[in-house]
Amino acid sequence: MLDRRDVVARLLKDRDEALVITGLGAATYDVAAAGDDARNFYLWGAMGGAALMGLGLALARPDRPVVVITGDGEQLMGIGAFATIAVQAPANLTIVVLDNGLYGETGGQRSHTSGGTDLAAVARGCGIAAASRVTDQAGVEALAATIAKPTCGLRVVVIAVDPTEAPRVLPSRDGAYVRGRFQAALGLAA
Amino acid sequence: MDGSAPAPAALAWPDAIFAELQRWGVRQVAYVPDGGHARLIRAVHAEPTMRAIPLTTEEEGIAVLAGAALGGQRGVLLMQSSGVGNCVNMLSLVKSCGFPFLALVTMRGEWGEFNPWQVPMGSTTEAAFGLMGVGVRRADRAEEVAETVAAAARMVFEGGSAVAVLLGQRLIGAKVF
Repeated sequence: MLDRRDVVARLLKDRDEALVITGLGAATYDVAAAGDDARNFYLWGAMGGAALMGLGLALARPDRPVVVITGDGEQLMGIGAFATIAVQAPANLTIVVLDNGLYGETGGQRSHTSGGTDLAAVARGCGIAAASRVTDQAGVEALAATIAKPTCGLRVVVIAVDPTEAPRVLPSRDGAYVRGRFQAALGLAA
Repeated sequence: MDGSAPAPAALAWPDAIFAELQRWGVRQVAYVPDGGHARLIRAVHAEPTMRAIPLTTEEEGIAVLAGAALGGQRGVLLMQSSGVGNCVNMLSLVKSCGFPFLALVTMRGEWGEFNPWQVPMGSTTEAAFGLMGVGVRRADRAEEVAETVAAAARMVFEGGSAVAVLLGQRLIGAKVF
């Protein structure tokens, strides 16, 4: 089974100009473990908001690839986001859902994806045609090859990962600092 | 003839809001469909410099606008008072990160409301925003809408504040079935 840390490190290795938003919990730690970067925006709360924040950012910066990296539980809380995002369909937005089938932050309770919910099918049903499930390294490599391209079209990639918890790597929890740093990296006045 | 121009006809208040949003360079307009905002929503959809973003629930808009601000674009959230309670947790994004936030809220449940289900949230709208540190301004007369939206927009887009403008049900007119 795919290791979440390996998957995220591989996807971000060739990120180039990509802007990254992380969903709270393990996805935030995975991205931090791959290397802190001013172009990462880490969520520590606002559960259900990661993909939607990616939408607003992708619309604001159509010249840059925007990659949301989140977990199944976080995406389930904002499941209507797929419908909202499908209507806008920004070509520079990639939503990666690391699906371990459980809520790792709260004691490992089984999530709905362990109970039959197929998030890629939900995304397709909401109108995101390029929604797929990846279960092997070849799929990860295929995604990594195009992660830095801002013209790939809106896509949702659900990646099945090993439920084993990885050691925590904690990025800054100071939201105002992370925001200002990100905006400065884009040349904006914070 | 004294050469003075005739006084311009007063804009309808939704058109006055649209003019303010244009003046402030608002690019992303997230909304949950609402009768009070219907005219404004139509105008936004017809305006090529604005992106109309229909939402499935109000709190989505807070995350979308935070992303817009992160990328340097201005946005606004249009909704009805009944949706304000949905926003409470997502507003932690605004509060924790200091994102600018502007919401224009049409009120239900406060003036000639026939539907009692609108009253619980309509009577606690300001308090719900207050819970999360969002400042509230109000307009109850058509002639005060433009200046109220302009004052809020300045606080948000120049000062980085979080402000909601409540558009009173007396202004909008109670819904009639």
